[in-house]
Amino acid sequence: MTLLEFVILFGFALVILGVVLAAIRLVRGPSLADRIVALDLMTVQLVSFGGLTALLSGSAGFLDVAVVLALVGFLATVCLARYLERRILLKAEELT
Amino acid sequence: MMHDIIVAILVLSGGIFCFAAGMGVLRLPDLLTRMHASTKAGTLGSGLILVAVAVAFAETTVIARAVAAILFLLMTAPVAAHLIGRAAFRTGVPMARNTRCEPGVAEALRARPEDDGPR
Repeated sequence: MTLLEFVILFGFALVILGVVLAAIRLVRGPSLADRIVALDLMTVQLVSFGGLTALLSGSAGFLDVAVVLALVGFLATVCLARYLERRILLKAEELT
Repeated sequence: MMHDIIVAILVLSGGIFCFAAGMGVLRLPDLLTRMHASTKAGTLGSGLILVAVAVAFAETTVIARAVAAILFLLMTAPVAAHLIGRAAFRTGVPMARNTRCEPGVAEALRARPEDDGPR
């Protein structure tokens, strides 16, 4: 095992730890907005996971996975934030 | 050898920033500070790892894809953070105890959910 491979595996461990910490916030999060923030962070960390996989396997195809994950994650965050904002409007309409 | 060391340093710093982002999201007191951790540290960590991929492969197609991914992350992170922050502020998510708000701002932002343009 070369130095670079060891460092990449260590980077994997750090990124996975970060994802696990964000997942704890996703489960515990007191409000829906906290959960959206945690989900957004998990997608960004999975992008770096894809980059690390490309480094370790030596095939650049995993970089495409990272690009597509960044795209889908952005769309998901925008939709969830939109939903969060619309939800109070819907509730207010129900009350009146 | 030099090349490997540069890639190793980039991967290590990127991993540390990703870990710091997760730690910040778990440990910071309220939503806005958590968003601060996730947006800045997370984007920087992913960007450093993508730069490491570009340096390691050193081919034109890979560099182009890595740069595209970094630019996309840098452009979308502020937009997503702004949307989440605005939605959270309007829905009245609790803030940390020593957060101060200019008088009147909260009412002005929360009062008119329906008449500020197309949605």
